[in-house]
Amino acid sequence: MSIDMIQIVGFGLISAFLAMILKEQKPAFAFLLTLFVGAMIFLFLLDHIVMAFQLVETLATHANINMVYLQTMLKIIGIAYIAEFGAQIARDADQGAIAQKIELAGKVLIVVMAIPIFNVLIETVISLIPG
Amino acid sequence: MGYDVDTIFQIAGIGIVVAMIHTVLKQMGKEDWAHWVTLIGFIVVLYMVATIVDDLFTKIRSVFLFIGS
Repeated sequence: MSIDMIQIVGFGLISAFLAMILKEQKPAFAFLLTLFVGAMIFLFLLDHIVMAFQLVETLATHANINMVYLQTMLKIIGIAYIAEFGAQIARDADQGAIAQKIELAGKVLIVVMAIPIFNVLIETVISLIPG
Repeated sequence: MGYDVDTIFQIAGIGIVVAMIHTVLKQMGKEDWAHWVTLIGFIVVLYMVATIVDDLFTKIRSVFLFIGS
């Protein structure tokens, strides 16, 4: 794992340097390079995220938690990751307005995903009230 | 890593070479040719980037959103 970290840092430094050089000649190419590096590091991290998720899933099955809740949670985490990725890339391209819209869309979709869980919560609370 | 580090050097190289060709063609007074070279280089790089972004999204879909896999 520590070797992986060194690899990622070296990779990031090299690409930052290349992007710096490229930005003076052709800014569009520098932007594409940044996007590529971001996607590559993310792809690399995904393998590790899968491992962490497997641990969470094992814990959930041991605790007899309904898998629907866990899936909703994982979906929310996924939406957050994707929204963050897109928003930061857009912000890098000096498109702050688009970045904010992407973030807004992420927030709205997360709230929509959480609606079923809220419903269950409200029903539970109501059933607890006597009378 | 699924992708090679060479790819980022390729992209940076294409960018620098295209910038160079652009300058040379501009010096020769062939402005329209220079723009075409830039456009084609951009499309090539865009294709490479689009491939990896597509790969990333497919993987995210299978890991987080439970679609496909």
